[in-house]
Amino acid sequence: MKKENLRRSNKRIRYDKWGYLFLIPFFIVFVLFTLFPLAKTFLYSFQRYFDDQLETVGPFWCGLENYRYIFTSGANDPRSILLFDVTLTTDAHISSFLYYLMNTIVIWILGFVPQIALSLFLAVCFTNTRLKIKGQAFWKTVIYMPNLIMAAAFGMLFYMIFAQNGPVINTLAQWGWIDKANVKPLDSDELWTHLIIAGLNCLMWFGNTTLLLMSGVMGIDPSIYESASIDGAGPQRTFWQITMPLLRPIFLYVFITSMIGGIQLFDVAQVYTQTTGGMLKSSETVMMYLFNLVTVKHNYGQAGALSVILFFITFFLSVCIYLSTYKSKNMNRAMQRAKAKRLRSYRHCSATQEEMARLAAAKGE
Amino acid sequence: MKKSMFATILAAAGLVSLASCGNNDCPAEQKPAGEAEGKVLNVMCWNNEFQQRFESFYPDFVGQRKEGSITYDMLRDGTKVRFIIEPNDNNNYQNKLDAALKAQESTAADEKIDMFLIEADYATKYTKSDYTLDLKADIGLTDADLAEQYQYTKDIVTVDGKLKATSWQATPGLFAYRRDLAQQVLGVSEPADVQKELSDWTKFNAVAKKAHEKGIKMLSGFADNFRPYSNNMEKPWVEEKDGEKVVRLDPKIKEWIVTTKDYATKGYIDDVKLWSGQWQADQGPQGYEVVSGEGENQTVSKGKLTFGFFYSTWGINFTLAGNADPQHLGKVYTEDGKLDVSKSLYGDYAVCEGPASWYWGGSWLCAAKGTDNKGLVNDIMYKLTCSQQIAKSITRETQDYTNNKAAMHSIATDATYGSDFLGGQNHIALFENSAAKISMKNAGPYDQTLNEGIQNAFEPFFFGTATYQSCLTAYKSTVEEKVNGLTFASDWSSWDGVSL
Repeated sequence: MKKENLRRSNKRIRYDKWGYLFLIPFFIVFVLFTLFPLAKTFLYSFQRYFDDQLETVGPFWCGLENYRYIFTSGANDPRSILLFDVTLTTDAHISSFLYYLMNTIVIWILGFVPQIALSLFLAVCFTNTRLKIKGQAFWKTVIYMPNLIMAAAFGMLFYMIFAQNGPVINTLAQWGWIDKANVKPLDSDELWTHLIIAGLNCLMWFGNTTLLLMSGVMGIDPSIYESASIDGAGPQRTFWQITMPLLRPIFLYVFITSMIGGIQLFDVAQVYTQTTGGMLKSSETVMMYLFNLVTVKHNYGQAGALSVILFFITFFLSVCIYLSTYKSKNMNRAMQRAKAKRLRSYRHCSATQEEMARLAAAKGE
Repeated sequence: MKKSMFATILAAAGLVSLASCGNNDCPAEQKPAGEAEGKVLNVMCWNNEFQQRFESFYPDFVGQRKEGSITYDMLRDGTKVRFIIEPNDNNNYQNKLDAALKAQESTAADEKIDMFLIEADYATKYTKSDYTLDLKADIGLTDADLAEQYQYTKDIVTVDGKLKATSWQATPGLFAYRRDLAQQVLGVSEPADVQKELSDWTKFNAVAKKAHEKGIKMLSGFADNFRPYSNNMEKPWVEEKDGEKVVRLDPKIKEWIVTTKDYATKGYIDDVKLWSGQWQADQGPQGYEVVSGEGENQTVSKGKLTFGFFYSTWGINFTLAGNADPQHLGKVYTEDGKLDVSKSLYGDYAVCEGPASWYWGGSWLCAAKGTDNKGLVNDIMYKLTCSQQIAKSITRETQDYTNNKAAMHSIATDATYGSDFLGGQNHIALFENSAAKISMKNAGPYDQTLNEGIQNAFEPFFFGTATYQSCLTAYKSTVEEKVNGLTFASDWSSWDGVSL
């Protein structure tokens, strides 16, 4: 008997090997184009390796020199820090890297806040069964459209639209709202540049976020909404006390992925500021800094160090996503348990059930 | 069976290809020099200026032919010339060129860069490298061929006695002004009279004040007067000190910062960037009246008028002429027979030497190491940069200033010659004068980064939206992000301009 069992298990087809086989192409591509360059970047970050004119210097080992450079370069010079066009200080001593990181975060926040508000509003409208918006598929396509346009093309378009001799300024001047002879170019103004870049980002990504949030809202059990409306909760209360708490996991996911995307903000800012980084480099993002280090300065060591730092920031954010979804899974399980408990208690409460039956009967008459 | 057949076919194919190599398609080094010429000549440059010159003046050019996505310029003997154009901004051209040059050895013969163009701002980077050939020893230009070229155009590209590049143009700078505005401000409009009023910076500033009183801006952008100052620096931008490369603060740069700040504060200058749309519009007739709305709502507001622009040779015939008459109307006259400057400024501009002798730009041709078209490169270089006949016709037809002293002198002294765009003025005579004064002894490999960087970084300081110190920090960051191993001299942050 035992022998037979063994034989049978030997004959069993092992499906798992097909799984590995199908994974091979991905792994080859991953190792060649992701893991290998990543390892090389780590390696370069500890090496002195750059092009001086047309000659290549290095690579030599140099320890943490490149990291020291990233955290100290530019820190000896007084820097003006502006926030929303208000001069916070004219004598800050922070390194270029931290300054660009700050710019990136400010631009990200300026774009993310309106984006999430807009997306949430649209997601709730689209999923609301009472509103019954017509042509949903059409509108969903329309709001997703901007994401299909190349970011650089978008940047260029906005650069031209908001140029000093461009349509926006000319139209406003024609309406007599501004005096064209005295208006300063928008791209020499920190706040406008930030707002335009952030606005563009918002425009590009709100469709995507709307779709994500919609899937989140649709994932919420409709019976909860039903029971809420039976209990007399209005749309506002339903939104704040049911939709929002239950949307939390997907909300967090959107928040953190958007933050990772925000750190990688590059093409729009690069094109809109015409590679200069804007006034006093106040719109230069970390990625633009990295771009300059690699493609203009050709300093692979310093660029490597910067990349490694960004890698760890992104890594940290990814861990946050992981932990939050892990937590929310646990939370979901807890909620399901609570729901089951509630149902059980309803079953015990026979009076309610009788009453419900009576009500139904009355309705039927 | 199948396998062996396949192997036979492969072997046969190999033999055929070897045999064909024996006939005519072999790499150049297997044949005596001067005989093997590639079928494609690749030329790398940053705009179509040279291509236009080539198509208009190279005698063997017969027409263009499109093959796939590439348009070739065809030559009489069937050789194809391909122009690879990479824009200049943010060192893009240099990056692409560097990558192509470094890959030169591993590239197929007809894909190799044979010739490329460089600008004064970074010429030494390439002339000092091994990627450029010696035009005399390798390409075969002779001293006699080059005798009529301006000495400075040869000096800047000569390294250890080897001539590494050659140019078809000399680029002395002048001040182009509007005759109608000069008449309003100074009461005179002829170049000689206007030059008397603008012959040094003190006088220039005084005219700026007068123009301001009449509601006219002296210059357009903050950086308009940058080159006339920076070309006259005492020493090169970068100086070696104790093994470190230090960026100096030259007195002329200080003067530029102080003057431009003064102009900006007093409103003598329009707040625009060099090369921006507004800057180009400032050079055209839009400066006059801006009509908006229709019917009863129509309003006419007076735009900004700009007295003049610092421009060098190519700028006057290549850029200013286009901007002055954006609708290609040519000369437009009013009913009483005067030029109608509200429609086109064609014929209204004139040039004078201005307060300083200076130059701007200039393009040189280099022969790339590894080229398989040495004979053709020699021919193009000779015909377009040394031939007196072609130099003359370039100047006659395009009003560009060519690098041939004899040809230019004959035009400068030709009483019948005059530029229609400049109202009949013989600008070549003026160029001849100032070309003789050009010195490029201060040119260095970092000039593009340092020149472009300072113009961008200090803009908010001139606008009045940031302090000198903040702009200096931005300038340092820009330079440090683009170039390895440059430090700034301490006087940048301690001179009296800091308090401006």
